[in-house]
Amino acid sequence: MGADGGLRDRFEHGLAAPICLTWEITWACNLACVHCLSSSGRRDPGELTTSEAAALIDEFAAMQIFYVNVGGGEPTIRGDFFELLEHAVARRVGVKFSTNGSRIDATRARRLASMDYVDVQISLDGATAQVNDAIRGEGSYDAALGAMRQLADAGFGRFKISVVVTSENLHQLDDFESLAQDLGAQLRLTRLRPSGRAVDHWERLKPTRDQNRFLHAWLLDHPDTLTGDSFFHLSPLGAPLDGLNLCGAGRVVCLVDPIGDVYACPFTIHDEFRAGSVRDAGGFASVWRESELFAELRAPGSAGACASCGSWDACRGGCMAAKFFTGMPLDGPDPDCVYGHGESATPAPVTLRPRASRDHSSLVAVGATRT
Amino acid sequence: MAPVEAKPATFDPNLPARLHPQVALRPESFGALAYHFETRRLVFVKSLPLVDVLEDLEHHASAASAVAAHVAPDEVTAYVAALARLFDSGVVDGR
Repeated sequence: MGADGGLRDRFEHGLAAPICLTWEITWACNLACVHCLSSSGRRDPGELTTSEAAALIDEFAAMQIFYVNVGGGEPTIRGDFFELLEHAVARRVGVKFSTNGSRIDATRARRLASMDYVDVQISLDGATAQVNDAIRGEGSYDAALGAMRQLADAGFGRFKISVVVTSENLHQLDDFESLAQDLGAQLRLTRLRPSGRAVDHWERLKPTRDQNRFLHAWLLDHPDTLTGDSFFHLSPLGAPLDGLNLCGAGRVVCLVDPIGDVYACPFTIHDEFRAGSVRDAGGFASVWRESELFAELRAPGSAGACASCGSWDACRGGCMAAKFFTGMPLDGPDPDCVYGHGESATPAPVTLRPRASRDHSSLVAVGATRT
Repeated sequence: MAPVEAKPATFDPNLPARLHPQVALRPESFGALAYHFETRRLVFVKSLPLVDVLEDLEHHASAASAVAAHVAPDEVTAYVAALARLFDSGVVDGR
């Protein structure tokens, strides 16, 4: 998806409906990944009911939201998961859902393969069990690979292998690519954010500057790799990466959480970025169109400390969530600014950084984390 | 399954055309977003008259006549070229 400058300016002012809407349908999860953006684990009794969720899908259809990115938690844990999936597809709202794969058996794989407008992203954060399981928990590598084989056997077609790039798996990019090719899948790489539980692991897991330089070159060499436009902070390294090269929060992107709260993006789950609730009068459409927060995010922003940088137009200061959760000013450089301006802006000490307003982590996690 | 007719390789504005049945158009201030449900491609249609042309294609004997119905004569070439690009990306289809 390329966009010229004029179109990008229009996107800054927001669209009639989001292009990229993430809907986390449950906080329940059988894993406890150390970098979980939504601090998932336990189901919340206030989660949208089946009829509320179906009504929300109807609203997405009326707004012509072409597809939603469904996540969690582990979305397939919801007992009505397939019911909602079928409801969406019947209304021509495509669903791209992210799963850890542990519940994709042969029957479910065949059911998914029979549906139009459904894309599946299996999360994998290491090309080896050792690297993956250190982040996602023991046994999670085997579960993900098992699901991939089930989808391949069921003739699902090109599912996606979705990798959060970290300092520990960056040397495995070619291995991920080979795995995807072997399974007839497509590789998707996204940026680690210091959100949710990841705030405690950011310094250790975020790629180094050298690794980011390598990543940028690798992405230019592999233009078919999906990235969710998430590495635009690296564009000043040379050729711009494919995509908007712009923070889309509240402009083209937003998040709906399991209880219907709407946030500016999937990485800014904090009261400061809560725009409203789909349960409010007027529903999701009025949150998207009328929320004060989104109006602010769509107003022309100041380049702040980045104003004198020749690369402002390439990255526009990077990721708002990365700045916010490292305690940095939102109108300054990204903490991973390729020129190192983020480091000289001295991020706040970890203990003083904002933390997610809600934590759904399981009270007990078995074999999932390492310190 | 009915035999699938081979899609012509290049766009001919003198032939009848249509918006591909798997494409949805969403109105936006700058024009529209077009989404192709089969290829999952998102395309930005950056002109309001071009949106009118797309919606009207199937009511005309040719793509060229649909363009002529919505844009000034000196803009026809540019709009036909835009339709050719949309044809290449699968948004516009022969009929």
